[in-house]
Amino acid sequence: MKSYSYFPGCSSSSGSGIICGLSAKAVSKYLDIDLIELEDWNCCGSTPYGAIDNLAAICVATRNLALAERNDFDLVTPCSSCYITLNRANTQLKENPQIKSKIDKALASAKLEYGCSVKVKHMAEVLFDEFQDEAFNSKVINPLKGLKVAPYYGCQLVRPGYGFDTYEFPQSLDFMIGKLGAEAVPFPLKSRCCGGSLIISEEDIALGLIAKLLNNAKENGAHCIITPCPLCQLNLDAYQSKINKKFKTSFDLPILYFTQLIGVALGLKSKSLALEKNIVSPMKVLSDYL
Amino acid sequence: MKKEATKNASLADELATIPGGENLNLCIQCGTCSGSCPNIDYMDYSPRQIIAMVRAGFRDEVLSSNTMWVCASCYLCTVRCPRDVKITELMHALESIALHHGLSNRKTSTPTMYKTFVDSIMKSGRVHELGFMINFYLKSNLFKAFKNAPLGIKLLSHGRLSLKPERIKGLDQLKTILKETQTLGDIH
Repeated sequence: MKSYSYFPGCSSSSGSGIICGLSAKAVSKYLDIDLIELEDWNCCGSTPYGAIDNLAAICVATRNLALAERNDFDLVTPCSSCYITLNRANTQLKENPQIKSKIDKALASAKLEYGCSVKVKHMAEVLFDEFQDEAFNSKVINPLKGLKVAPYYGCQLVRPGYGFDTYEFPQSLDFMIGKLGAEAVPFPLKSRCCGGSLIISEEDIALGLIAKLLNNAKENGAHCIITPCPLCQLNLDAYQSKINKKFKTSFDLPILYFTQLIGVALGLKSKSLALEKNIVSPMKVLSDYL
Repeated sequence: MKKEATKNASLADELATIPGGENLNLCIQCGTCSGSCPNIDYMDYSPRQIIAMVRAGFRDEVLSSNTMWVCASCYLCTVRCPRDVKITELMHALESIALHHGLSNRKTSTPTMYKTFVDSIMKSGRVHELGFMINFYLKSNLFKAFKNAPLGIKLLSHGRLSLKPERIKGLDQLKTILKETQTLGDIH
């Protein structure tokens, strides 16, 4: 059994990304991957904290890394924003001695220390490794034959690049979709932006970006989209009806967190994958496989 | 835009010493960043122009523009830059400097959104999405709250909005280390 420290992040813990957390845990359990939730983790700080005060942002992220360093496991998160934020802190601490000494002082004030040894991985990275294993093929008891899936990577899993896949034209999700027996459709906008948290403060800008993504997936024949990012999932799923109203479109495209689709192919129950919590229901598209 | 800088080039000096600003002087004004930006149509100045203006000393014009607040942190400019200028980081640095000097742009509610997000962390150690959204609408535009109510109800009915904030045990510890960072004197 492989063990990891698990960092759910605020959204996947009990918020809008709960479908991501639940399905990631269900799939991991089935594949014998032990996710041990990091005790008393705090919000990673995400993009907003870094935009307000870099030093405080690194400090907030590093408390988690310091807690994780007390055990020997790599840290894994189902959230692309947590992934980039924790890796960004790790990188600044390793590359910038001035920041490191300031953060060390701050941590020491609360009897914490961090030796920069924690490796932060995304859930997609961990599962991609599992998929490479020959033994994985026999676990796909429910091959998704005939299902056309658009792999939507979003930005922060692949950029600025913390060691997984490539910036412009990533392939890992495409590979995983194929292994599940489904077909990854060509999707030129696969790593373009959905607007992220600008959906809150600059809604019109974000809606325009999301509409382009949905359109690109649909024109390539996708039955559904999968994504490794809770915020991308929320934006494309929950705002789809708003987009239909604004742009007079008729999108009805289920947006699955990628472990939801993996779980279906592994024969897991739809309840454990939280499929009923998706706003655009995936039940019709997945009915042949459930 | 004014033809000459009204202030000296200290913004460039300030940026050169912080993460993201290191390679500012290597920029060759090729415009790859601007050509890659998904939100350039909505920016007062393009990322390429911002770098040129920083170097020419247009401090207040840069800091009071909306450019960095419309940046979605997609990092496409950063990975494509042939001179390794970390443009996304530069945008974040400009955001924090603008806020620090009270110069943030009034046309966009992104600064309010970011500040409300951080307030939410300070309250319980984790972000409570529902509380964060309500506070943001109270501070920015209450009308938007009514407009987005159906979306909130949809998320609630699908079990995707928690009513109860999660509070960490080590909130005092988190506040202690943050207070200590503040005494270290700078935002970078």
